[in-house]
Amino acid sequence: MTICDYDANKGTVSFAFHEVGKTTKGLGCLNVGDTLMNVTGPLGNPSEVKKFGKVLCVGGSIMIAPALLQLKAMKEAGNHVTAVLGCRSKDCIFMEQEAKALSDKLYVASDDGSIGYKGLDFLKDLLTTEKFDHCVVLGPVVMMREVCEITKPYGIPTIVTVTPIMVDGMGMCGVCRVTVGGEMKFGCIDGPEFDGHQLDFEELVQRQRLMLPEERLSSMLWEMHGGCNCGRNKA
Amino acid sequence: MAETKPKPKPKIKKEAVAMPKQKPKERVKNFNEVALGYDEVQAIEEANRCLQCVKPQCVTGCPVEVPIPEFIKCIREKRYDEGIAIIKAKNALPAVCGRVCPQEEQCQVTCVVGRIGEPVSIGRLERYLADWEREHGFQKPEKAKPTGKKIAIVGAGPAGLTAAADLVKLGHEVTLFEALHLPGGVLIYGIPEFRLPKAIVRNEVNYIVNLGVDLRLGNQVGRIHTIPELMKSGYEAVFIGSGAGLPMFLGVPGENLGGIYSANEFLIRVNLMKAYNFPDYDTPLRLGKHVVVIGGGNVAMDCARSSMRLGAEVCLLYRRSREELPARHEEIENAEEEGLVCKFLAAPLRFNGDEKGWVKSMECRAMELGPPDASGRRRPIPIKGSEFTMETDTVIIAIGQTPNPIIQRTTEGLEANPKRGTIIVDENGKTSLDGVYAGGDVATGAATVISAMGMGKKAAKAIHEYLMNKK
Repeated sequence: MTICDYDANKGTVSFAFHEVGKTTKGLGCLNVGDTLMNVTGPLGNPSEVKKFGKVLCVGGSIMIAPALLQLKAMKEAGNHVTAVLGCRSKDCIFMEQEAKALSDKLYVASDDGSIGYKGLDFLKDLLTTEKFDHCVVLGPVVMMREVCEITKPYGIPTIVTVTPIMVDGMGMCGVCRVTVGGEMKFGCIDGPEFDGHQLDFEELVQRQRLMLPEERLSSMLWEMHGGCNCGRNKA
Repeated sequence: MAETKPKPKPKIKKEAVAMPKQKPKERVKNFNEVALGYDEVQAIEEANRCLQCVKPQCVTGCPVEVPIPEFIKCIREKRYDEGIAIIKAKNALPAVCGRVCPQEEQCQVTCVVGRIGEPVSIGRLERYLADWEREHGFQKPEKAKPTGKKIAIVGAGPAGLTAAADLVKLGHEVTLFEALHLPGGVLIYGIPEFRLPKAIVRNEVNYIVNLGVDLRLGNQVGRIHTIPELMKSGYEAVFIGSGAGLPMFLGVPGENLGGIYSANEFLIRVNLMKAYNFPDYDTPLRLGKHVVVIGGGNVAMDCARSSMRLGAEVCLLYRRSREELPARHEEIENAEEEGLVCKFLAAPLRFNGDEKGWVKSMECRAMELGPPDASGRRRPIPIKGSEFTMETDTVIIAIGQTPNPIIQRTTEGLEANPKRGTIIVDENGKTSLDGVYAGGDVATGAATVISAMGMGKKAAKAIHEYLMNKK
């Protein structure tokens, strides 16, 4: 999971997640004061934050939350930051006000056009009129791929954050291997950020789906056994 | 050799007392331990085969210098508590070592009885005493006066645990950082239950922790704290025993298809995360019917034997011949008894997938053996035009591990071998940084549990001297 906020004084970190499978649904059932067996991190390499000039920061779906943390850091580093929030439809958009406050310019887009632009095609027009020095994208793989395809002709360095399947997240299992520029890299120790123009997205999509039947089975059994017992999932 | 043997001993039996084992047909269906251990009668009978050499050769073969004849004498005389104390003074993990040490290459290879027959089964006797202690309650050794020195140990595997045990006994304040949620390192995530039951690892680790070691789990040094940060926060010395956990891949096309696992991934899923109990446990493992394990070491054997226990037909593919297999003979024999099929002198060229991105076959090439290479083993040479295809639905790549690079990358001034990724140390485990020591697989590259323990021990001694002579 990608950290989306922290408070060093209070000693807290924040995460945003969609409830899609057994683990995330279980996490969603936790109450204040509950504990987890084990939490470890932060793992992976720190983001490269410095003064690039004009930065395009794209956050999609649940990854809007960590994208805002990047946005904030980029802003603090003295960049002019244009933010793009993408989502499926208007019910899924969140943290719009925060994004507005943190960025110099904000665009919103949705797959169905129910809020903001329809799709990401507007970016092409934006890039023809404005020059960007750097782009960071955090979102679903298909979205990150689309943004990379759009920025590539303009030669804008584009950094994507990948979250492939991992067992340990520390360099041991190798499940998170991705191909970057024809070379095998590990998402955990070499990433999670990679050059989006070099990344083999097709392979990443395929590898993310490797355990889909098992994930569905787990989730189904969890629901059948009453889920979190709070009745919330029955609604 | 001029050993003075105690004369009156009657004839020494040439054959060692056999180790009772689960029957192959039964054990291949369960994850219970294969070797069942000696009972008291068997242990004493085997102990009686020891010549009690005045200049014991066996001890010279032991990386942690266990006084072998002394503990064997205790078994003969049924002084088991004294026997285990003798081992524990040198070796904090006897139940582990009695099971997984390659004794046939270490203490037993130099055993004098081995010249006339089978050497004394030192490992089995060590295991007997360790298991006896577990059943009868652990003794607590004496601890030296507190020195007030704080030491950080990175990695709760064989090297780190050994260093921690030795240093805490010397009176130092020891913090043991472990990245995973359970301590034990390769003993817990790597070696399968049927070869080393996890309850035994837990017991031995608890023994060390109960000596007064502060164990911090879920704490990956190099990321969460760097080595320089630890030194700044009051640790006067650091021992790095982070192991060789980074899996190697073949570098052939198709390696990222579904159904192709690194040995580490497979073993972590099975051993640490109990994937064989999915969906009762959360971590799944999709294993097909025809598993190919690539490699020939102990890890490859562990993968092959685990796969058989999970119901698959397994073929081990090794690029050299049977004689060059680096796995322990005992494990090769166990695996063959369980029905392992081996294909020697062949190596994969590429993997082919189905429309869903899962592996369905692999193209291989036959090899022949040429002159010996740097490792002393005969080098495999590809035979032109010998390509063939094998059907498979699961591949496990067990061709070795290299050190995890995180600490090397995040510790300025720490010298590492650029090619192998190992941390460079002197004979006492000292690195290029003052007060920082390293040992085990992170310094040697993937090796054995006992060699890691040996280095942990040496480094502990060096750290003690360094701290006590400082200012």
